[in-house]
Amino acid sequence: MTTPLLSLQGLTKAYPGVVANDQVSFDIGEGEVHALLGENGAGKSTLVKMIYGLVKPDSGTMLLRGQTYAPPEPRSARADGIAMVFQHFSLFDALNVAENIALGMENPPAMGDLASRIREVSETYGLPLDPYRTVGDLSAGERQRVEIIRCLLQDPKLLIMDEPTSVLTPQEVEILFETLNKLRSEGTSILYISHKLEEIRTLCDHATILRLGKNVGECVPSETSARDMAEMMVGSTLQTPERSGREFGEVALDVTGLSVPSPSEFGTALRNVHMTVRKGEVLGIGGVAGNGQDELLGVLSGEILTTADAIKFNGQSIGKLGPTARRKLGVLTAPEERLGHAAAPDMTLTENAFLTGSVREGLESNGFLKWSETKVFAEKIIKAFDVRTPGPENAARSLSGGNLQKFVIGREVLQNPDVLVVNQPTWGVDAAAAASIRQAILDLAANGTAVICISQDLDELMEISDSFAALNEGRLSAPRLTTGLTVDEIGLMMGGAHGMEVAHV
Amino acid sequence: MDLSEINPVLLVASLMVAATPLLLAAIGELVVEKAGVLNLGVEGMMIVGAISGFAISVETGSPWLGFIAAAIGGAVLSLLFVLLTQFALANQVASGLALTLFGLGFSALMGQSYVGVKPPSMGEIHIPIISDIPVIGPVLFQHDPILYLGIALTAAVWAVLKYTRVGLILRAVGENHDAAHALGYKVIKIRIMAILFGGACAGLGGAYISLIRVPQWTEGMTAGVGWIALALVVFASWKPWRALLGAYLFGGITVLQLNLQAAGVAIPVEYLAMSPYIITILVLVILSADKSSAPASLGRIFHASH
Repeated sequence: MTTPLLSLQGLTKAYPGVVANDQVSFDIGEGEVHALLGENGAGKSTLVKMIYGLVKPDSGTMLLRGQTYAPPEPRSARADGIAMVFQHFSLFDALNVAENIALGMENPPAMGDLASRIREVSETYGLPLDPYRTVGDLSAGERQRVEIIRCLLQDPKLLIMDEPTSVLTPQEVEILFETLNKLRSEGTSILYISHKLEEIRTLCDHATILRLGKNVGECVPSETSARDMAEMMVGSTLQTPERSGREFGEVALDVTGLSVPSPSEFGTALRNVHMTVRKGEVLGIGGVAGNGQDELLGVLSGEILTTADAIKFNGQSIGKLGPTARRKLGVLTAPEERLGHAAAPDMTLTENAFLTGSVREGLESNGFLKWSETKVFAEKIIKAFDVRTPGPENAARSLSGGNLQKFVIGREVLQNPDVLVVNQPTWGVDAAAAASIRQAILDLAANGTAVICISQDLDELMEISDSFAALNEGRLSAPRLTTGLTVDEIGLMMGGAHGMEVAHV
Repeated sequence: MDLSEINPVLLVASLMVAATPLLLAAIGELVVEKAGVLNLGVEGMMIVGAISGFAISVETGSPWLGFIAAAIGGAVLSLLFVLLTQFALANQVASGLALTLFGLGFSALMGQSYVGVKPPSMGEIHIPIISDIPVIGPVLFQHDPILYLGIALTAAVWAVLKYTRVGLILRAVGENHDAAHALGYKVIKIRIMAILFGGACAGLGGAYISLIRVPQWTEGMTAGVGWIALALVVFASWKPWRALLGAYLFGGITVLQLNLQAAGVAIPVEYLAMSPYIITILVLVILSADKSSAPASLGRIFHASH
C-alpha cells in the first residue's frame, strides 16, 4: 500500500479528570472518505482539533504524506492543506459571506476578486451563494455552504467535516454527498464525523470507531450493518423503545392561525401555524434548525405571548397566559438549550427542580420555599431517570450533557403534564440515554398526555411520533400520519433542497 | 437680550474645538467596542491624559511632547484594564468603573502643583491663501493640528474597519470571539491592541481639554466628557462618521447655549445647560433606528477552553 495521506500514531490527550483520547492510531488514505464514529464524548472532537492544530496532543505523532506533522495553530494546518467544516458553525452573523470566507483564508484576494471566485466555485459544486448576503440571514444549509466553500477555495488535501448533515434536509444531504463524491474523485481525502450510520454506509470507504477515547475497531461501512456499528459504538446491545397501540382522546391543544415575530434579530417569525394534538398522541415536528423551532417552543411555553385565541388548551384560550399560568393548567415545556434555558447552570439540581416544579408540585407556600419537599422531588427525578450524579446538591453545570438532559426531561415528565412540548429531547445524548428518554415520552403518551416533540433527528421522530409535520421558514406543513411516510415526502415537507442543485461537471 | 452679539463664524469655529475631545475619546472607544470590549474607564483615561499632557508640556515647553505624553498616559492606564479583564478575566463593567475612579483620584494627586499654571500654546496652522478666505478660512482652516488629527483619525478608523484585513479581523473578534479563535486568530492580542489604542485616543482627548480648549489644569476638568463619549459610541451605532456627527452636534449645541446664555436669552440657564445632552441623544436615537446593532461579543469575557 502507498503512503497514507495522514497517519495518526498513538495520539493521547488528557484533560483534568478525563482522558479524551487514549493511544488512537489510524490512517487516512489519499482520496479516501474516512468515517470517524462514536458516541458524544467518545473523543471525536478532540481528535480532529488535534489534527487541525487547535489542541496539542500530550503524546503520539502524526505523519502527513510521511513527513512529521505537528501544527502549532490552525493557520499552519491550513497551510498544509487541512481544512475543517465545524459542527457548530464558526461564522460571524453580522458579516457578509465574502468577509466570512476571507477570514478563513491565509492570503485572501481583494474583495471583488474573492466574490467572483466564490460565485465560480459555488456554481461548480452546485452550492449557489450570493457573496454579499449577511450570514445572519442565511438558512442553516446555506451557512454550511459558506463553510464548505471557505474550505474548497484553499484546495484542501484533507477536508474534515464534523457532523455536517445534522442541519440538512434529506435532499440537501444528497446534494452534499454529490459534492463530496466529486471531491473524492478529484483526489481530496475526507474525514467524516457523524453518528448517522446509514449515511456513513452510503458515503464512506472506511470507518474508525471510537469509544471512551479509544480506537475500538475499524470496518468497511458498506459491508457492515448499521446495528453492528451502533453496538461497536455503544459497547453493548441496544434496546429499541417500544410503543403500544394507542387510542387518541379528544383534542388537548389546538393552535390556529398563529403568527408571531421572532424576538431575536436573526430569528424566524412564525407564519400562520395550525395544528391540533389529541390526548395520547405524539406529534413530531421536524425541520432544519433555525426555521422557527425556538419560536414555536417559546410561543407554546408562554415565553412569547400571542393573541388569546391562537392557542387553546382543552377549549380554553391560553395565548395570553405566561409560563407559570400555563404550567398550572398542565402545559409543560422542556426547551432545547440545556444550560441556560432548561436549567440554570450554577444552581443545584434541587434549585433547578424547584424552578419549574414549584407550581404543580406545591413546593412553595406564601413565598417561602419548601426545601425538604423540593429535595425529595429532585431525588425522585434522579432515581426515576437514572441521572448519574452524586446527589441533588450538585450544580447543574457539573452533569454531563446526557445526564442533565435526562434530568430536565424527567423533571417535566414527573409533573404529570396534560400537554408536554419538548425541543430536541435527545440532542447530544448517547444512544442508551436517548432510548430511555424516548421510552419515557412514549409511556407518558400512553397515559393520555398530548406530546409535541420538536426535533431535527428524523429517525427519532419516525420512531416515536404518531403524526409528523415540518417547519420551514416559520410555516408548519399539514400534519400527516407517520406510518407510510417516505423520506422523499418528509424532505419535501421540510422545504426540499432550498435551491441547491446537484454538482455540475 | 442681543442675539446679534453672536458671531456665526466664531460660533462654528469654536464648536469644532468643543467637539474634538469628545470625538477623540469616542473614536478610541469605538475601536475598543468593535473588538468586543466594553471599557467604561474612558473618563479616567481622559483625565490622566489631561494631566500627563499638561505636566509634560509645562515641563518641556513643547505642546507636541505633551500630546505624545498624554497618549502614552492614557494607554498606560488602559494597561491596567488589560491586566484586569484580559488576563485576570475580571468583569469589564466593574473594571472600567474602577479605572475611572482611579484615574480621577490619581490625576488630582499628580496635578497638585500645576493648578494655576499656564501651559505653552500650540498655535494654529496657517495655510497661505486658504486660511485667509473670508468665512470659510476662519471656520475650517485656522485651527490647531490636533483638531485635524481628530478628523483624520475618524477617516482612518472608518477606512481600516471597512476596507482592510486588520479591520475585518478586529470586527470578527468583536462579533464572535469563539469562532475567531477556532479560525486561529489571537483574540486576546487583538483586544489588547484595541484597548491600548482606545486608551491613547482618550488620553489625547483629555489633553486637548487641558492644553487647548480650556488651557489650564483643574481637578476633574474632563467633567463627564468620557461618559458622553461612551454614550455617543452606542447612539452612533458603532459607525465612525456618525460619531463625528454626534460629537460636532454636541459641541455645537454646547457652544451655542453658552452664547445664548451670554446674550441673556430668557430661558432658565439649567434648561440651556442640559440642551446639548438631550438634543444629541435625541438625534442619534432617531438615526440609530436602523437595524445595525452592537458587536455580538461586546462585554463578554473570552477564555480559550481548549
